[in-house]
Amino acid sequence: MGTILSVKGLSFRYPDAPRAAVDGFDMEVSEGEIVALAGPSGCGKSTLLRAINGLIPHMYSGDYVGDVLVDGVKVREASMKDLAQKVGFLFQNPENQIFMFSVERDVAFGLENLGVERSEMRGRVDEAMALLGITHLAGRAPHELSDGQKQRVALAGVIAMRPRLIILDEPTSLLDPMTARELVQLVDRLRREAGITFIVVEHRLDLLVRVADRLVVMNGGRKVMDGTPADVLSDSRAAGYGISVPAITRLEQLLVSEGLELQRRLLSPLELAEEVNRRL
Amino acid sequence: MKALDGVTLTIGDSETVAIVGENGAGKTTLVRHMTGLLKPTEGRVLVDGEDVREKSTAELSRKIGVAFQNPDHQLFSESVEEEIAFGLRNFGFEDGVVRQRIGWALNFFGLEEYRRSSPLTLSGGEKKRLTLACILSWDPSVVVLDEPTVGQDAIQKEKLAEIIRMLRSTGKTIVLVSHDIEFLWPIQPRVVVMSSGRVIDDGPAARVMLSEERLASARVSQPQLVSFYSALKERPGSPFADVHEARRWLSGRLR
Repeated sequence: MGTILSVKGLSFRYPDAPRAAVDGFDMEVSEGEIVALAGPSGCGKSTLLRAINGLIPHMYSGDYVGDVLVDGVKVREASMKDLAQKVGFLFQNPENQIFMFSVERDVAFGLENLGVERSEMRGRVDEAMALLGITHLAGRAPHELSDGQKQRVALAGVIAMRPRLIILDEPTSLLDPMTARELVQLVDRLRREAGITFIVVEHRLDLLVRVADRLVVMNGGRKVMDGTPADVLSDSRAAGYGISVPAITRLEQLLVSEGLELQRRLLSPLELAEEVNRRL
Repeated sequence: MKALDGVTLTIGDSETVAIVGENGAGKTTLVRHMTGLLKPTEGRVLVDGEDVREKSTAELSRKIGVAFQNPDHQLFSESVEEEIAFGLRNFGFEDGVVRQRIGWALNFFGLEEYRRSSPLTLSGGEKKRLTLACILSWDPSVVVLDEPTVGQDAIQKEKLAEIIRMLRSTGKTIVLVSHDIEFLWPIQPRVVVMSSGRVIDDGPAARVMLSEERLASARVSQPQLVSFYSALKERPGSPFADVHEARRWLSGRLR
């Protein structure tokens, strides 16, 4: 699997800020990975995301040191137009991202802006809607849809651009629990079917940990932990970094420390119950 | 189309109630009726036995403090200090008391360093703490929190849980609207489940959260510990409220 994202020694300080928001950050992400990015408020997650999708330095200026390469291209030097086709971004609130009269037009929006040829555009829009399961909503007005549907529309618009890397910024925070679960399953499916790489910033890790390959923790602008979710969550430092260790994972850890032997870690509630039932 | 359809709900003094349900179920609409921001088209809303139609929002706010989901809808002063002072002065507190309450609020919520800062410069989480600080400074008997955990990290959520415990211990009535089932579960509130403008279940968390199907119809998932509990072949009378309770029960029972 090739490297899709390379962050090398990245530091960034906003103008007039006393400290760098990101301070000497290194990270490599391979194609097809789902990386969960977590950390306490103010740790620099948003700044890092902006440096990946080019808003820094193209929209936000400041002291920039180091490099970010997406698909081999330096973010600092690439145009926003090129970057839009390499890195997709899903906002926390889909309302901020969808605004056309019909779902179809909304999904096509980015492509129209790029001046993509009509027949090519049609194909990509249809493909994106099919992938997100919203073909039947093509003619509907986005504002009439449910939150989960709106999010799919926004995601379809991002996917139509065919970026190989998509960043989701706290995508579940406004969603009800079932819709949140469905979104995470969708991300997993897109990774498997379309080979898209995802970086997901999320506080509610209980939803994401079983699907993510990696959990990267930031604190004070730096990377402080980086490993599989199972390894990171079983490290006692995790709680100190404001990481919400899911309840069932904490229970699993406590039982393991008391002698419960498990072949696999990060079990679901049902899986842990099965293991316990065998020993009751 | 009705946002609320025949909702009958009584919240008693010192109760802690969580309102859960899918987006668009009517949770925030219900909350807006509590301070008279919305008046019912049919039926009545009574606060302390008085009809909200006969009261101003200002009068109701003295008793019921609401922290809305989006703090930007609620913050407007030049400084954090001023923001807290505003409500207090409006409710007629004396200068000395105002200063004292501001000091308490800034200290308790860890906002002292931002005393003179503009609320607009605070992070999302800090703004949420500020709205809560404002509300608690005038000591309403009912505190309503609309999605208080959105955007908050684990440390902030733990602090919030602590605040809720403190409010409970001082006899406050607390209403929590939230999607964060994992956050709500250890609090063990009374849970009201709403779907499509109606209340479809209402009772203690330990009972309500066991009905997986009913919860699912309101797009609510079961807390992890409840799913775990339900799948055990041997188990205690009610689901484990937290991880420690689960461990204590299992310790010594496992081969």
